[in-house]
Amino acid sequence: MSGAILLEHYLVLGALLFVCGAVCMATKRNAIGVLIGVELVLNGAGVNFVAFSHFNPAFRLEGMIFALFVIVLAAGEAAVALAIVLNFYNNHTTVDVDSAEELKG
Amino acid sequence: MESMHSFLFWVIAGLTGLCAIATVVTDNIVRAATWLLFTLGGVSGIFFLLGADLVGAIQLLVYVGGTLVLVIFGVMLTAQSPFLNMKTSSAEWAISIAVGIMLLTFLCFAVFSIKGKFGPADAQHPVAQDVRRGDAADSDAATSTSTMQIGQAFLGVENGPPRGDGKRVHYLLPFEIVSIHLLVVLIGAAYLARAKKRRETML
Amino acid sequence: MGQPLFASSGYLSWIGYLIVVIAAALIIGFMLVSAIFSVWLERKVAGRIQDRLGPTRVGGKFGWLQTLADGMKLLVKEDLIPAAADQMLFRVGPYIALAGSFMAFIALPFGNGVVAQEMNIGIFFMLAIMSTEVFGIILIGYGSGSKWSLFGGMREAAQMVSYEIPMALCILVPVIVTGSMNLGQVALQQQGIWNWLVFHDPFTFAAFWTYFTCALASCKRAPFDLAEAESELVAGFHTEYSGFRWLVIFMAEYGSMFAVSGIACIMFLGGWSLGLPWELTDLLGMWVGNALNVGVFIFKCWFLVFVMMWIRWTLPRLRIDQVMMMCLKYLIPIGCGLLLGVALWMLIVPPFLQWLTKFVIFGGSIFALLAMAKALASYTTSAPGTAMAGMWATAKSPGYQAAQAPKA
Repeated sequence: MSGAILLEHYLVLGALLFVCGAVCMATKRNAIGVLIGVELVLNGAGVNFVAFSHFNPAFRLEGMIFALFVIVLAAGEAAVALAIVLNFYNNHTTVDVDSAEELKG
Repeated sequence: MESMHSFLFWVIAGLTGLCAIATVVTDNIVRAATWLLFTLGGVSGIFFLLGADLVGAIQLLVYVGGTLVLVIFGVMLTAQSPFLNMKTSSAEWAISIAVGIMLLTFLCFAVFSIKGKFGPADAQHPVAQDVRRGDAADSDAATSTSTMQIGQAFLGVENGPPRGDGKRVHYLLPFEIVSIHLLVVLIGAAYLARAKKRRETML
Repeated sequence: MGQPLFASSGYLSWIGYLIVVIAAALIIGFMLVSAIFSVWLERKVAGRIQDRLGPTRVGGKFGWLQTLADGMKLLVKEDLIPAAADQMLFRVGPYIALAGSFMAFIALPFGNGVVAQEMNIGIFFMLAIMSTEVFGIILIGYGSGSKWSLFGGMREAAQMVSYEIPMALCILVPVIVTGSMNLGQVALQQQGIWNWLVFHDPFTFAAFWTYFTCALASCKRAPFDLAEAESELVAGFHTEYSGFRWLVIFMAEYGSMFAVSGIACIMFLGGWSLGLPWELTDLLGMWVGNALNVGVFIFKCWFLVFVMMWIRWTLPRLRIDQVMMMCLKYLIPIGCGLLLGVALWMLIVPPFLQWLTKFVIFGGSIFALLAMAKALASYTTSAPGTAMAGMWATAKSPGYQAAQAPKA
């Protein structure tokens, strides 16, 4: 458990969060579960940004600013997505994404 | 210092990864949101570990205290019993996990083939500098990034932090765009959530 | 995350771990003692305001050990989990609330340099950590599996989340005045009672009262305590909790009460400053000075906690729509106005006028305090049996004595 922590370790963590988010988006049937997957993906990206900001002196400020933008925009996007999901629920009384097939074909 | 940093990294990153996996695996949507809470808390810990104090605090304030509360309110509004536990078929699980593992392998391969050497974490640890000096506007941007520098970069002021080619860093335009974006989201959410007029027949 | 102590790695690194563990143990220990004291104080204050004595039996005349007895009772109570409850979330909820409330003490300085981790974004960190308590409340309400708990939890979450906004706006006011979010720096700039930020300009003065109101709401204390509304929702969101889990919820509540009092103390009331224009650690050395500083700080925070309890047992409860209306229609515009006002004040008003305003507001406050004390001292109560039927009051206030004098 000693030995220096390199950039690669943090990037692997970011990749793991990203993949978990992608699998979550693919497998959850609840529409809000898909939204949770999106949050995981954005967090993975944020970890990547801040890790690069820490390890690369030229990117020190930009990494943090990118991560801040990601967090703020994710909040806005979650609000809109939730509004869509709730409207869907009001109209169809279900949040199952498998039953959202009116636009199919 | 080095061993404490790596010990903390393994603990926090391990917990974050486990909670992220638990988010995917669980069927109950409320428990998925709870595991997401722990994952977001862990990511905030990672941000603090990397010396990005402001980003870590904003992650807690906005993501955990805002976005996640929003998600859980949405869950509560739709958490009737048929939608609480929705199982996915095993065929979908198999395909998704296979694609996920392939994606993870591909990403790790990309990570480990980065050319260029970035030193170990503690050598350039910005917070190891004198933390008691407060928010001094350090001109040495390589060693300490204070909140003031981030604020100045956002506002694009004259004595802001310097960029590589001698010009000043300014993120005023993206800042304004994000502000307008948030305003639009606020108006849109209020519109979508308005009390709909009931269509009663008026005699 | 990197204190200068850790600069030397090697065989001394275990000292670093030890210091971390000691700091955490000190914080947790202090919070437990403070929670024990707060529970006793609450019962005494409630009793006295309601014209009775409160606990007097356990541990001497004043019931000092009452909370210990309460704690022992709660520990041996049956641990009930309703069948309809979500097993994992019911268990986990109180601890999330507790973590959110306790972690805020990482950045709270008790004295000059007496802080677990000095952070440049101290106040921001505290606000961010305390905002994670909301999720604990939601899980407590949902995990109980009963719709009354769910109502209480959702109302409480909406209230806590809404009141974070005016709270942050009011906190920004002294941050603008001092130019630093580092709590130690803010407190060090307030030597001398006329330098306390609450007297600095009218906007900071108003910001203190507004902040205190928002802090009351965010700690779910009366008059904003409809989530625990005893007469409406049985016990609100913690109805199904008994024994140790209930104790954990209340430790979280008293912990966050102390934390927001600590913030109010440091940002507005001079932190650990006694009111003298010198910093005590400069005069008396690090250890003695800091011992006094810590004592003064804790006393001020406990006084603010006492004021919270005083308000709880005096004012009637607000309805949820009144609570939300107060936040959205009154406190947020007031907060925005204060922010704008203090920014303009710092920019436009000449320094001499700023310096003078401090003393004017300080003098005005002292005058108002003395006038209130005088009015209270000459307050006459009515003779027994005349104001309320069956009233039995203490006969010690001078007004009552005067009314009793054999004149009428």
